[in-house]
Amino acid sequence: MKAIKVLERILATLPIMFGVAIIVFFFIRLTPGDPVDIMMGQGGAISTGEIEQLREEFHLNEPLHIQLWYFLRDAVQGDLGYSYVLKRPVVELIAERLPATIELAMGALFFSLVIAVPIGIISAVRQNSLLDRLSMSGAFLGISMPGFWLGIVLILVFSVYLHWLPVQGRISVGIELEERTGFFVLDSLLSGNLEALKSSLLHLVLPSITLGAAVAAVTARVLRSSMLETLRSDYVTLARSKGASEWVVVMKHALRNALIPTITVLGLQIGILLGGNMVIETVFGWPGLGRMVVKAIFDRDFPLIQGSVMIYAFIFVMASLIVDILYTYLNPKISL
Amino acid sequence: MDTTSGTDTRIGRHAHVWRKKLNIWWRNFLELLGELRKHPLAMLGGFIIILYLFAAIFADQITVHDPMAGNLRNRLIPPAWYSEGSWEYPLGTDAQGRDILTRVIYGARVSLAVGLISVGISVIIGLALGTFAGYYRGRFDSVVSRLADLLLAFPFLIFAIGMMAFLGPGFANLILALTFKGWVEFFRLSRGEMLSEKTNEYVEAAKVTGHSHFSIMGKEILPNIIQAVFVLATLRIGYMIIMEASLSFLGLGIPPHIPAWGSMVAAGRDYMLVAPWVSTVPGLAIVILVLSINLFGEGLRDILDPRLKVEG
Repeated sequence: MKAIKVLERILATLPIMFGVAIIVFFFIRLTPGDPVDIMMGQGGAISTGEIEQLREEFHLNEPLHIQLWYFLRDAVQGDLGYSYVLKRPVVELIAERLPATIELAMGALFFSLVIAVPIGIISAVRQNSLLDRLSMSGAFLGISMPGFWLGIVLILVFSVYLHWLPVQGRISVGIELEERTGFFVLDSLLSGNLEALKSSLLHLVLPSITLGAAVAAVTARVLRSSMLETLRSDYVTLARSKGASEWVVVMKHALRNALIPTITVLGLQIGILLGGNMVIETVFGWPGLGRMVVKAIFDRDFPLIQGSVMIYAFIFVMASLIVDILYTYLNPKISL
Repeated sequence: MDTTSGTDTRIGRHAHVWRKKLNIWWRNFLELLGELRKHPLAMLGGFIIILYLFAAIFADQITVHDPMAGNLRNRLIPPAWYSEGSWEYPLGTDAQGRDILTRVIYGARVSLAVGLISVGISVIIGLALGTFAGYYRGRFDSVVSRLADLLLAFPFLIFAIGMMAFLGPGFANLILALTFKGWVEFFRLSRGEMLSEKTNEYVEAAKVTGHSHFSIMGKEILPNIIQAVFVLATLRIGYMIIMEASLSFLGLGIPPHIPAWGSMVAAGRDYMLVAPWVSTVPGLAIVILVLSINLFGEGLRDILDPRLKVEG
């Protein structure tokens, strides 16, 4: 039964992705001017003959719905267009930058869970204690702060004044690292390069904290409130009255049930991780997808922007799908 | 209303009804203020919001320096609490010798205008579509709901950046990009509320007594939904202000010559080592305002609608 529900849920993402592609297709129509000029960006001067050829290639002489059909057909086949500024296929460019972005997102997720889970638990168990009040105020501040400003303040404190951590980039200049997967932490582990491992981990710290702060804040708040609820429930009282130790009561009975709503919220937070990505990569000079898109915007490299926005939406939809499936298996009461 | 009352009995009766309504609203407002007094942090938030609004409205009157034109001889003067600082420029000057305090005050105009207008339009669209969809259901509901689901597939900031990349910077474009997706939250909230309100007995009673669908929606159900919408709207204003600041930080929001906090932070990044205040001060202006809005919004939620929880 569950397998069917999961399958249904997976199939439901197809029309969503289809719709996403349609919206992105129409993005180009928001810009006034000839689509060929727009798509060429600042790709350089070309002759009228070449322009005609491009019109043919992009089916621009055909009616709009036929153009849309070609766009969708290409997208399904993994062809997201061609960047005339960088003179390479969009898919290739995205694939190259994606590992850096995913590494940063993983770092942020790791940081936020390491901070949020203990804080959420302790704040609920010691409700209204000083620690609870302080951490909930911190969480409140976390959701009220723009990421780019937090990043700048962290750079000022930890890089400029204290010189503890690097300001920019993924790895120190001069360190040789053989790239296999594009994930620098993984690559340095695989090649046993300890110097590179240290450098890439140190470079990850500030951007991960900056990107993960908002996620940590929301997660801690949700976990705390659902813990407060489960701690007051009958089965926890029962477990206590049966003489279970406080540790078992909190970690096993209360936490396990409190995690269910927390995971749902965490799924939504992936949107924050992806959304903050462009801004944070710009602040920290992180050579990922986000920084490439911001640069593409100033180069008016529209095929690259369209392709990247589609990839962001695709990752987000997939992440929500995974969270939903996890949720079905975690919670016996809920079906999709 | 007063001038017409008495001359025509129908208008007179209308005036009477309206005065009664105003009276109820006024009493509700006073009651809300009374409740707010039990939430000191929300009060503080509200007070700071009023200060910001005041600064934004009277920016021309309360500043002495020009927000746009600077004097290069006065570039990068530190804030007054530094030994080299002066009270002439209490928060220092930027790389073009412009007073940062003046620009922060003018920047409040952009942030508040974007926050209020984008949320205002989102509320109108979302509430209208949501109440209709929830009340009538049917094909209209499924079409709008699908569209909402579709827009939810994009992370908000990515969508706004994507749209702004094609639209180009500018105030109107910014409002368009933010409301294009911003209405969805209000649609979902008001649709959900409408669905649950519709099952209540008072709605049935209104139908039986011959009220039109429009009057049931507008006069009977809407007043019960509006509080939740109001709370969400308050919290969304802070969110939209951060969105605007992020877009302006990337150079995609407000055109660079108009003082906006996000672009001020971005411009200060080049001088971080020698003059950190150029970026940090405008950023602090954002944090304080958004924090105040969120404090006020959470206080309102506790008073008006304890059920509603907004994550993020």
